Amino acid sequence: MSDTLQVPTMAEMMAQGKEPEILFWVGCSGSFDDRAKKITKAFVRILNKAGINFAVLGTEESCSGDPAKRAGNEFLFQMQAMTNIQVLNGYNIKKIVTTCPHCFNTLKNEYPGLGGNYQVLHHTSFLKQLLEEGKIGLEGGSYKGKRITYHDPCYLGRANGIFEAPRELIRKLDAELVEMKSCKQRGLCCGAGGAQMFKEPEKGDKDVNIERTEQALETQPDIIAAACPFCNTMMTDGVKGKEKEQSIKVVDVAELIADAEDL
Amino acid sequence: MDFLPNIIFGLLLIVGIGFFARNIGRLKSVIALGRPEDRGDQSGKRWAQMARIALGQSKMVVRPIAGIMHIIVYLGFIIINIEVLEIILDGLLGTHRIFAPLGKVYDVLIGTFEILALLVILAVVIFWIRRNVIRLKRFVTPEMKGWPKRDADYILYIEVVLMALFLTMNGADYQLQQLQVADYIQAGSFPVSQFLSPFLEGMSAESLVLLERTAWWLHITGILFFLNYLYYSKHLHILLAFPNTYYGSLEPKGKFNNLEAVTKEVKLMMDPTADPFAAPPADAPVPEKFGASDIMDLKWIQLLNAYTCTECGRCTSECPANQTGKKLSPRAIMMATRDRAEEVGKNILQNKGSFTPDGKQLLDDHISREELWACTSCNACVEACPVSIDPLSIIMDMRQYLVMEKSEAPTELNVMMTNIENNGAPWPFNQMDRLNWKNEN
Repeated sequence: MSDTLQVPTMAEMMAQGKEPEILFWVGCSGSFDDRAKKITKAFVRILNKAGINFAVLGTEESCSGDPAKRAGNEFLFQMQAMTNIQVLNGYNIKKIVTTCPHCFNTLKNEYPGLGGNYQVLHHTSFLKQLLEEGKIGLEGGSYKGKRITYHDPCYLGRANGIFEAPRELIRKLDAELVEMKSCKQRGLCCGAGGAQMFKEPEKGDKDVNIERTEQALETQPDIIAAACPFCNTMMTDGVKGKEKEQSIKVVDVAELIADAEDL
Repeated sequence: MDFLPNIIFGLLLIVGIGFFARNIGRLKSVIALGRPEDRGDQSGKRWAQMARIALGQSKMVVRPIAGIMHIIVYLGFIIINIEVLEIILDGLLGTHRIFAPLGKVYDVLIGTFEILALLVILAVVIFWIRRNVIRLKRFVTPEMKGWPKRDADYILYIEVVLMALFLTMNGADYQLQQLQVADYIQAGSFPVSQFLSPFLEGMSAESLVLLERTAWWLHITGILFFLNYLYYSKHLHILLAFPNTYYGSLEPKGKFNNLEAVTKEVKLMMDPTADPFAAPPADAPVPEKFGASDIMDLKWIQLLNAYTCTECGRCTSECPANQTGKKLSPRAIMMATRDRAEEVGKNILQNKGSFTPDGKQLLDDHISREELWACTSCNACVEACPVSIDPLSIIMDMRQYLVMEKSEAPTELNVMMTNIENNGAPWPFNQMDRLNWKNEN
């Protein structure tokens, strides 16, 4: 473990007259959820190791508005979006990377129409770039031969067509990537999207995350890899529900890489 | 009197096509009830999308068994329609097999039609078995009871009857050609209907002519009937799949529309120079209703979607809510939208062109809140649809109505939204603590 994380804020950067190459949009989950904070830190460790010139908004960041929009509150969404856009444009942000597919989708697709035009990357795409540029290597080898199944987050995969970047990273770990019966375009939702994360599900036979966890368990994995903090929560709960948390870990792709890099 | 059959045929054609045209006109006027949305841009991409998805059936083969059989029936119907052209010309001109002078080409054509007709019958039988014997789950869900179930079976029966009539007509013709009966010139090849010979050989020339003529007339009448059946059936997809894929979204599936009316409001709120006490100008239009509670609040493309739906249920079988036993079924959303659109359309017809409120709406009377709130917005239904229907957009528009017009979101979602309003996160954490993770271990 490296000692301290280097996490400059945009305000600090600006005070020093500097502009970072890239803004890391942490998201609410990554800022406040105990499990997701670990993903945030793993990603920052990779950024630090690779020497990326980045900054975060810190206390100036606010919800992207995604859950409000999917719940039907367009007004609240646009209030959030336009406030965020004022902050982002004020700092002259050009490029954003985020560990949350929901923030990613909203920033990339829904902000431009409201005056927020940025190059937005999901962290798996960004990590793949770093790998290709040789800025990170994956020689750790601790995943060699491990069975890893990857759960496609809906807002990364189906919604934005990013299926390969996370998979390539997993393959590079020398791990055995095993696919679930519903994957890629036909990947089954974890059950959290569309603001479901914040409410109890409607009456049914089963919870969606249990169904998805069962699909994951069918592949007999050592690890379930996710690329979204909400999916991570849902799959972790599912694995606990099946009492498999001792043998099967649910981790983010960023954590896999940070771990392989021994960060 | 020699021209009597030609005249009857002409009248049949006029009535059949005229009635269909009238119904298509009605269909267009119902779709026009939807709100405007520009889907006319990027025509190059749109043609390509239509060619790929509708013409090329690219989404059908995601499920190979149903996909390949569907392609057989689809190709069968398109190609056999060349034969319909000949039938129409023969009927109007009083000729028999007017394309026969094509010689070898004609033989190949007729031979191909026959093989396709047989394949269509086989595929339709398998489709029937899947629906009625195997009873695949997606064909026996609650929304498929009653008319939708009968409609699906009727379509299969009509298709078998049409193909059988076509083959009978050819079989009798082949016998008459063998007997060298006048008018029955040697033309065509009959790789399938020649096997009907054992049943037809004993018949007299007169009986064979009667059989051939009866099959010929029933076949064309059946086709005109089927054409007119479409408007009342889920089978409209054979026509509407083309415009629906053409006008289908070209955007990433995760991108939802931003409401322009809201943008104006929010901009005004954030503008420090705006006068907060300014009264709207006297001629300001009434603000548009947010979201949708009835079909007039939906966009025209969503109504076209509803009429295009052929109730295959691929969306519902991929829906995470439906798979886990919730009431939501994206197919039922589309069927309910069409039902309500029909209801409104009839209302307008009965009231001479204007809609008389009937105390009903799409929300609650056709689509329940339980269904709307079960959606995870995962887009699996949109991805699964073989003809670019977007059930999710209707669900989202109706949620918008519930939240923005009625303030009737589930309590937990209200808590989430209040949190975002107060502290910029869906949970009750202070915005000032957003960077605390940096120093935690």
